[in-house]
Amino acid sequence: MNDMRIADRTVSSDTAKMTARGVQVYYGENHALKDVDIDILGGTVTAFIGPSGCGKSTFLRCLNRMNDTVSIARVLGEIKLDGEDIYDKSVDPVTLRARVGMVFQKPNPFPKSIYDNVAYGPKIHGLTKSKAELDQVVETSLKKAALWNEVKDRLHAPGTGLSGGQQQRLCIARAIATSPEVLLMDEPCSALDPIATAQVEELIDELRSQFSVVIVTHSMQQAARVSQRTAFFHLGHLVEYGETGQIFTNPQDPRTESYITGRIG
Amino acid sequence: MTDATSQTGRSGAQPRKSLHVTDARTRRRNAAEARFRFYGAAAIAVSILALVILLTSVLGNGLGAFRQTFITMPVALDATVLDKSGTGDIEVMKKVTTIGYAKVIEKALATALAEKGIATDGLTAKQISGLLSQEAAANLRNQVLADPALVGQTVDVKLLANGRVDGFFKGRVTMDSAKLDSNISPEQLELALKMREAGLMSLSFNPGFLFGGDASELRPEAAGLGVAILGSAYMMLIVLVLALPIGVAASIYLEEFAPKNKWTDLIEVNISNLAAVPSIVFGILGLAIFINFMGLPQSAPIVGGLVLTLMTLPTIIIATRAALKAVPPSIRDAALGVGASKMQAITHHVLPLAMPGILTGTIIGLAQALGETAPLLLIGMVAFVREFPDAPPEGFFDPASALPVQVYNFTQRADPAFVERASGAIIVLLVFLLLMNAVAILLRRRFERRW
Ligand SMILES: Nc1ncnc2c1ncn2[C@@H]1O[C@H](COP(=O)(O)OP(=O)(O)OP(=O)(O)O)[C@@H](O)[C@H]1O
Ligand SMILES: [Mg+2]
Repeated sequence: MNDMRIADRTVSSDTAKMTARGVQVYYGENHALKDVDIDILGGTVTAFIGPSGCGKSTFLRCLNRMNDTVSIARVLGEIKLDGEDIYDKSVDPVTLRARVGMVFQKPNPFPKSIYDNVAYGPKIHGLTKSKAELDQVVETSLKKAALWNEVKDRLHAPGTGLSGGQQQRLCIARAIATSPEVLLMDEPCSALDPIATAQVEELIDELRSQFSVVIVTHSMQQAARVSQRTAFFHLGHLVEYGETGQIFTNPQDPRTESYITGRIG
Repeated sequence: MTDATSQTGRSGAQPRKSLHVTDARTRRRNAAEARFRFYGAAAIAVSILALVILLTSVLGNGLGAFRQTFITMPVALDATVLDKSGTGDIEVMKKVTTIGYAKVIEKALATALAEKGIATDGLTAKQISGLLSQEAAANLRNQVLADPALVGQTVDVKLLANGRVDGFFKGRVTMDSAKLDSNISPEQLELALKMREAGLMSLSFNPGFLFGGDASELRPEAAGLGVAILGSAYMMLIVLVLALPIGVAASIYLEEFAPKNKWTDLIEVNISNLAAVPSIVFGILGLAIFINFMGLPQSAPIVGGLVLTLMTLPTIIIATRAALKAVPPSIRDAALGVGASKMQAITHHVLPLAMPGILTGTIIGLAQALGETAPLLLIGMVAFVREFPDAPPEGFFDPASALPVQVYNFTQRADPAFVERASGAIIVLLVFLLLMNAVAILLRRRFERRW
């Protein structure tokens, strides 16, 4: 783990963008997430690491209420966005998801053109007033996602015709086109080659200036490279959460240490 | 581990096998595969053979229905007979019945025969006019009433020949059978032959078969499918308008919104069962509910359409749900992830992807409904209907027939000429089914091209 470049750890703000207290998730009888407390800071990249099946995706999906779509899932506890409880009855999950965007583990572009993929979010939220403005949003989003140069000549070709890595960057462009405040990314680089991964990581670092980013990753190097904060999950528990440098160099919990040194997982 | 070592040990002990020698196991496996392929090919060959036999028999029997023997001759429309007042007043002219027209035609036929120098010795006037269909006078009357200005002129008209004469030219009736037939005699047939040589009588395309109404048992030559085609079209319209939205809405609700519990399971099982309910049961239901309870008219396309809608709904719902299920959940997640509402996710992304499947299901359902006979018999669609229904929506309540019922109807009649008509009706039905399938394929292509 010596090759890890521990990025400068300056956290731009200490204000908690999202806070979770005592979050429990059950899938039917399966207690998938146990008593998770965490503060996701604004302007920060937070990495979730942990062995497969430990509940990283589950927790991520709690943050924008995507778990609502799983009929057997039950979420207890409290999660707040800017101090407002997102599981309150008066909250419309649709408006929440416009503010807390998501990129999924498997690239899932709409079977429409590249342009329509990116323009979809701004369109349904009425974010742009004119076609020119929409074009602009599409272009900047694609540029931010490091995809513009590859697709600028075929914006109207189907998004599903791109390679896996391009599709994932398209999904990222689609997510940032709605300018969310928090961007949740579930293993966004699992389908990408090293160059595209580097581009996405660079992008994540840039996004930090505008959004809070939460990224689930299986690559410890990636967590170390892009994140300022890291949370380690194990068997449904949030074992340790802290500054990335501290987690990787000086973990407090023996389980964290075993995991990052490759003994569990 | 032990497994792996023992295996390497075994393969090490065995002599190396050549790739060019197949062992018994591989041979058996290949033989099984070849057998299976043969069974498959044989099954397809049998079905193709059956299809070819069916089509040749239907086409062989039925194509004749589209051609009919006509007598073409000049007819002097005598004003003294057809318009006694001489004013051209349509109400007065309507008082002249077909008997008046029959006389005019009889005279015209005699004149035409004389002109061509065809001898009619030994035949009574009744026998000569017997070469014409009994429908001919009615047809001429309609023609004149539609255009009263024709009265007083001599016009060339095309009149239906008698069904037996038509059968003679099509090979159904022979001189021998005519001897035993009270409706036709060999002498009449000989006259018909002479008339054909003289160009008075000929076989030509018969629009009346497609656009005319049904005719009585004694006039097979005049029987047409117009009312049945229109009735079927009305019913399909009703089925489409009702079953498609209801079926798709029900499927979307069940598939995307309904909670998964005992009730929805029960509904699901019942929908599958409904699809398997014999169609005649739907007919009884329609009779009880729509006619006896709601008091809708018998034989009306509205009742037929409603019954067929009930019958088609399960098919559409099952197909639509399968199509919705086949849309990958990741697409829904993607839409929800950018903040689309559930309804937006469905209408913008899921439905377009499911559309080809939905359309296929709908058209299969419609095709089934188009060919359905049993429930229609129960709601009185089997009645003899000559009059065309009005334009919709009033027309939905007028008596009408339906194509499959018309086929059944034709086959029930004694005159062998109706066999040809029945097969002709089947051809029309098949053409409609083919057209619907073609539309399904076209629509599917269109939607698929939008990926
Ligand atoms: N839709 C679901 N229905 C039932 N159980 C689920 C569902 N999704 C997740 N689980 C369960 O919840 C637990 C946590 O799963 P989760 O997907 O959050 O793991 P993860 O940490 O994201 O793993 P990975 O790194 O492999 O993606 C697992 O035991 C899993 O079986
Ligand atoms: Mg996961």
